Amino acid sequence: MNEFVFLYRGGSRDGSPAEIQQVMQKWMNWFKELAEKGHVKDRGQPLERVGKLVSGKRKTVTDGPFAEAKDVVGGYTLIVAKDLNEAAELSKGCPILERDGEVEVRPVMKLNM
Amino acid sequence: MELSEHLFRHEAGRMVATLTRIFGVHNLSLAEDVVQEAFCRALEIWGFRGVPENPSAWLMTTAKNRALDVLRRERTARTFAPELTRQLESEWTLAPTVEEEFGPTAVRDDELRMMFSCCTPRLSEEAQVALILHILCGFSVDEIAGAFVSSHAAIEKRITRSKKVLADSKKLFDVSGSDDFARRLPVVQRTLYLLFNEGYHGASSERAVRSELCQEAMRLTSMLLRNSLGAIPSSYALAALMSLNAARLPARVVSGNLTMLVEQDRSQFDQSLAEEGLKLLEHSATGPEISDYHVEAAIAWVHTSTQRPEDTDWATIISLYDRLMAIRPSPVVALNRAIAIAQREGPQRGLEEIRAIRDLERLAKYPFYHAALGEFEVRIGHFQDARHHFASALSLARNPMERSFFEQRIAACK
Repeated sequence: MNEFVFLYRGGSRDGSPAEIQQVMQKWMNWFKELAEKGHVKDRGQPLERVGKLVSGKRKTVTDGPFAEAKDVVGGYTLIVAKDLNEAAELSKGCPILERDGEVEVRPVMKLNM
Repeated sequence: MELSEHLFRHEAGRMVATLTRIFGVHNLSLAEDVVQEAFCRALEIWGFRGVPENPSAWLMTTAKNRALDVLRRERTARTFAPELTRQLESEWTLAPTVEEEFGPTAVRDDELRMMFSCCTPRLSEEAQVALILHILCGFSVDEIAGAFVSSHAAIEKRITRSKKVLADSKKLFDVSGSDDFARRLPVVQRTLYLLFNEGYHGASSERAVRSELCQEAMRLTSMLLRNSLGAIPSSYALAALMSLNAARLPARVVSGNLTMLVEQDRSQFDQSLAEEGLKLLEHSATGPEISDYHVEAAIAWVHTSTQRPEDTDWATIISLYDRLMAIRPSPVVALNRAIAIAQREGPQRGLEEIRAIRDLERLAKYPFYHAALGEFEVRIGHFQDARHHFASALSLARNPMERSFFEQRIAACK
């Protein structure tokens, strides 16, 4: 089994209270389903949408947001899957995809020692 | 942990009401932004970590903290609620004041205050209903348009305009002044009555939508009953008529089809709502005033408490309709009275009563007027006339459910 990181990007923040409640419910259901099948190594954390960006040799500190809203990473999860294809397949259940968002699936590097 | 189905919608109403109280009604849209932000945080955090122990308190605390940020950041740029200005200006009093305004008693008053503010005479009754659904019940424009079978554009225009009127009103309604309260109360009752009727008789064909509107009207009416100035006999009568009618809702719409009153399966009535309605009706029976809500509740009680349709006490119902005509005459009330008379004295008498209705032309667009004529003709045996009336009803039907009901009646004219 291999490890992967899901990075959740963007995702609409619009919607009526009832719609947002439904989406929230979908997230919880999705995590539950993944966990029951043993795919969740670490549920991870949601991230604030503001922060600081430190850059360059001069270590310039600027306030976020750093990117277009649609590119902002809103959270991450550590996933266990057979291979990259299976991990990508698992990400298809993520509710963010129905809300103009994306899931970036990245293999965690292995230490080949 | 399982969330109650309408948690976010109901919390939206509470949070907007309280935030508007603190920010001032002119900052209504700022309050709405803060609420949206609180829901987005809930979506992100609960999605990952699960629902907190007390979801309502979590949302309220999130809104409160966000309100403190906004008040600190913008107190030089904006003015907030005029009556709180002094307390919000100083850092010493800011946090305790906001804390107090988010206390349970204060929040309950805020919802009532918002309800009374939405029922301003400067808005039409339809606009008041839409505004209450949007602000206090947390329905989006699309959700309201869906329930009213109206276009998104039409409802959006109505709500945008209504919100502007509300935001321009400078001050929220003062629910502590007993004279003003007593003057505004009938308007509020009427709006809640219309909201309930939209669910009960309304245009939507979805049973879930309809019962949701009825439930919202009942929830808001119960807020009136929790206030000492609001808990007067006519408010109890209004709550009673809602419970007693809602008790019959499951039998009224059966698997997407309308059922005629005389055919409704009484075993499908919601007994606990019927009992609740009776209790409320008993509470309403004090004082000298008999409101139209009392009379309508009494009619609903006769229907709800009758075990078999053929045992219905039509004489009592007719005398109640006579009374309702004296308090609140309207062609629709007169039509219902004529239908009751036909049940007791035969279809011929029903037709006579219908012909005698004043302002009869106002019923021309009402599908159930034509349907009533059709039913009378069927019972006399004039099937051709009946078909003709049902065809008129069909052409005025507002949704697939009504259409299929009239189609079935036409097919039965043999």
